[in-house]
Amino acid sequence: MSHSVKDHRGRPVVVVTGIGIITSLGEGKEDNWRNLTAGVSGIRKISRFPTEGLRTQIAGTIDWQGQDRYCAPLHSISLAKKSAAEAIEQSGIGSRGLFPGPLFVANSPAETNWDQRMVVYHGQAGAGTTGYERLLKNVRAGNFARYYSLFQFASIAEHLADEFGTRGQPISLTTACASGATSVQLGVEAIRRGDTDAALCVGTDGGICEEMVVRFNLLSALSTQNDDPQGASKPFSKARDGFVMAEGSATLVLESYEGAKARGAKILGVVRGAGERADTFHRTRSTPDGSAIIDTINRSMDDAGMSPAEIDCINAHGTSTPENDKMEYLALNAALGSELDSTPISSNKSMLGHTLSAAGTIEAAVSLLTIQAGVIPPTINCNEQDPNILMDVVPNVKRVQAVNSVMSNSFGFGGQNVCLIFSAEPA
Amino acid sequence: MSIEKTEVWVTGIGLVTSLGEGLDTHWAQLTSGKTPVASVDSEDQAPYLVHKIVDISIDTQIPKRSDQRQMGPWQHLGVYAAGLALDDAGIAHNPELLSATNMIVAAGGGERDLDVDTTIMEKIDGVENPGPILNASLNTELRPTLFLAQLSNLMAGNISIVHGVTDSSRTFMGEESAGVSAIETAVAQIQHGQGEVFLVGGAYIAERADMMMLMEFDHTLWQGEHGSIWSREDTAGGMVMGSAGAFLILESRQSAEARGAKPYARINTVVSNRCNRQPGASREVADGLFQRIADQIPTGPLPVLSGCCGVQPQLQEEHEFLDSLTGHGIDPIIRGVSTLFGNTLEAQFPVNVILASLAISRGAFFDPFDTSGVEKEFSGSPDRILLSTWGHWRGESLALIEKPDVALRGDQ
Repeated sequence: MSHSVKDHRGRPVVVVTGIGIITSLGEGKEDNWRNLTAGVSGIRKISRFPTEGLRTQIAGTIDWQGQDRYCAPLHSISLAKKSAAEAIEQSGIGSRGLFPGPLFVANSPAETNWDQRMVVYHGQAGAGTTGYERLLKNVRAGNFARYYSLFQFASIAEHLADEFGTRGQPISLTTACASGATSVQLGVEAIRRGDTDAALCVGTDGGICEEMVVRFNLLSALSTQNDDPQGASKPFSKARDGFVMAEGSATLVLESYEGAKARGAKILGVVRGAGERADTFHRTRSTPDGSAIIDTINRSMDDAGMSPAEIDCINAHGTSTPENDKMEYLALNAALGSELDSTPISSNKSMLGHTLSAAGTIEAAVSLLTIQAGVIPPTINCNEQDPNILMDVVPNVKRVQAVNSVMSNSFGFGGQNVCLIFSAEPA
Repeated sequence: MSIEKTEVWVTGIGLVTSLGEGLDTHWAQLTSGKTPVASVDSEDQAPYLVHKIVDISIDTQIPKRSDQRQMGPWQHLGVYAAGLALDDAGIAHNPELLSATNMIVAAGGGERDLDVDTTIMEKIDGVENPGPILNASLNTELRPTLFLAQLSNLMAGNISIVHGVTDSSRTFMGEESAGVSAIETAVAQIQHGQGEVFLVGGAYIAERADMMMLMEFDHTLWQGEHGSIWSREDTAGGMVMGSAGAFLILESRQSAEARGAKPYARINTVVSNRCNRQPGASREVADGLFQRIADQIPTGPLPVLSGCCGVQPQLQEEHEFLDSLTGHGIDPIIRGVSTLFGNTLEAQFPVNVILASLAISRGAFFDPFDTSGVEKEFSGSPDRILLSTWGHWRGESLALIEKPDVALRGDQ
C-alpha cells in the first residue's frame, strides 16, 4: 500500500531529503554524530579575542586555519555555505548553483563590529574630529563598498542566494533563539500552500565577539564556569548557571513528499507538525504558569495530528539556564502528562552550547539523525540532576532505542516559542 | 486541483511619518490641490538630509513607564504604530481576537548608544593591545536595556507584551525587501487558510548616525538640495532617508465580514524577486514580475506608487520600466513616494500599501508629489494601484492594491 502524500488535514506532506551541519564538534553529519553520541563537548576557552575582564571566557566558537580576519556576517555566511552545500548534495535536488525553491535563513542581525568600526575610525579624512562625525567623514572619503554589502540585514541571505541559486527573494528572519525552528516552519508553510515543491531552510550563527558576550553577560544569561569549559553547559543539572554561547549552522532541504518520491529521493524524515504561541509576560522570561509554551507544544501535536503517546523522544531547548530548564519541564509535564515519564529528553546544548539563531535548525538536524540511527544523544554534564526536574534526561550516556518521532523545542527572548515534530518516513 | 483563494482585506491601519500621524493628516496634505511640502531636516544629520519622525505621545499606546524604558525610539515607533493599527481594526483590547492575530514584523536593528560608541572609540584609539580596554569599557558602558532595545525581534516581542498579540510571531530582516516579504507572506498565508488575521508592518528611524554610516559605506546617500526624486535622474543618484512607522491589519474577507469590519482595500497580488544588480538586471527582473501580473491590469490610466529611492542606475531603470508600461496600453500615473517621505527602508513597502489603501478607500488619487512633469494628474476613483518597490541594495517587487466590491471604510 502506498502512503498518502497528504496529511491528516489534506495538506501536502513535507519531508526532509537533505541535512547539513557544522558545529564546534566538527564539519558534516558524520563528525557531529560521532561526537554527539560519544558525549563530547565542543566548548573551549575563547581564543578569537582577548577575554581579559570578561565574566564569561568560554564558548563553542568555530575557528579554522587560514580563516579571514574575523567578521561576523562573513563567518555566518561561511558556516551556512558549508551546511547548505552538504544538505543539497545529500538531497541531490536541482543542479549546481540552481536550487529549485525559496531560501529561508535564520541569522543574527548583521552588525558592524568593533574591528570594522575602528578600521573606519582610523581613516585620515576625519582626523581632528571624534565619534560618528569622524566615522562619517572617513566613510565619505573612503571606499567601504564591501562593508556596505556585508552589514545590510539582507546580507547573509543574499550571499547565500547568489551561491545556491535559490528562487525568488530570500527571507532573512529572526525570532531570537527560536530562529532556526522558524526557518523550518516557513519552509513547511510554503510547501503546504503549494507555493513550491522544495525549500532550503538554513540556520546560521557565527557571531561571537566581545560585545555579544558582554550583552548576554549583562542579562546574567551566560555560564561563568570558565575553569571547566567542557563541563559548563549542564542542562537540567542542579548546578546549572547559564548557557554557553556557540556557533554553528545547519540546513534542511524540505520537499513535498510527492515531489521527493517522484524524483526517487531518499526520504530522511517527515516534518509532521509545528506549533507556535507568542508570550506576553516578559522580554526574557516565560509566563510563570508556562501557558504560552504549553500552548506551543499542544499546537505542534495538534498540527501533526499526534498524541503525547506518539512522541518517542524530545530534543530539548535545554539551554542550561535556571529559568529555561525549569519552565521547559513545567510545560512538558503539563502538555504530555504521564506520557512524559516514559519519554526521554535530551539537550544537544550540553555538548554544542547554545548556537542561538542556528540552534533550532541544528537541533532539527540532530532530531532527524536520532530517528535514522535509533540512538538518542546524551545530556552530558548531568552529575546531579535538578531534583525538581523529574524527567529522563538521558544523562551522560547515549541511549540505543528505536525512535520513530522526535519533538524539538525552541524558545527565544521576546516571547518566541516554536515546537517542531519530526518522524520517520511512513513504512 | 485549484483552490479558491481567500480574499485579503486591509482592515486596520497605523501610520506615522515625517508628515504626521494618521490617515486624515496625510490625506489632507496629499490632496490639497497644491504640491505637497516635504518635512526635511538639513541639520540633524548634516551634510545629509533626513525626514524626521513627528512627535508621538507614546503614553497613549505604551502606557507603562516600565515598558517604555525597555525600548529606544525605533521600538517605541513600531509598537506605537502597531497599536494604532490594532485600534483602527477594532482588535485592540479584545483578548480573543488578539490571541488569533499573527504577526510579521519587518525589522532593522535598534539604536546603538552613540555616546557609548564614541567614548569607547576614543579610549581604544591608538592603543596597541585594545582588547582588555575594550572589554572593560563594554562591561561598564553597556546596559541590559540597551541590548534588548537593539534586538531586531524585540519590536515584535514588545508588541506582544504591550498589545497582547499572541498567535505566531515572526520578524523578517533585510531592508526594503523585509517589508515586501512580510506582507507577501501574510497575504499568502491568509489566501491559503494559514491564519485569518495578521498584524504586519515595520518602522524606521532615519535620524541615526549609525544607520547613515551603513548607507554611506557605498556612497549611496544624497548630499544635494532636497527636490523631486526624478530630478536626481541626471545625477549619480543618492537617497534621502526618512522615518516612518507603518502597520496594517490584513484579514481574510470571511473573518472581517463575520465581525462586521469594512475594508480600506484588498491585496491579492504581491510578487518579488532579486538579482545581483548588474546594470540592467533590475529592469529585467521587473519585466519578469510584470508578466506575472499583466493579466490583472486593464489598459488605460494606472495610478502607480513608486518606491524609487534614488540610487543609480536603479532610479533610471525603474523609471524606464514604468514608462515601458505604455507598450501594454497602460498609462502610468506615477507618484515618487520618496520625494516626500524619503526611503523609509523596512517601513517603505508598508507605507506604500497604506497610502494606496487610503487612496482606494477615499475614491481619489493623490496630487502630483512634485512639479517635475513626470507625475501627471489623475482625476478618477482608482480601482487598483500598482506599487513598485526596488530596494537600495537588493530586491525588486510589484504589488496591486485593489478596490473590493463591497462598502469601504469611510463610505457613509
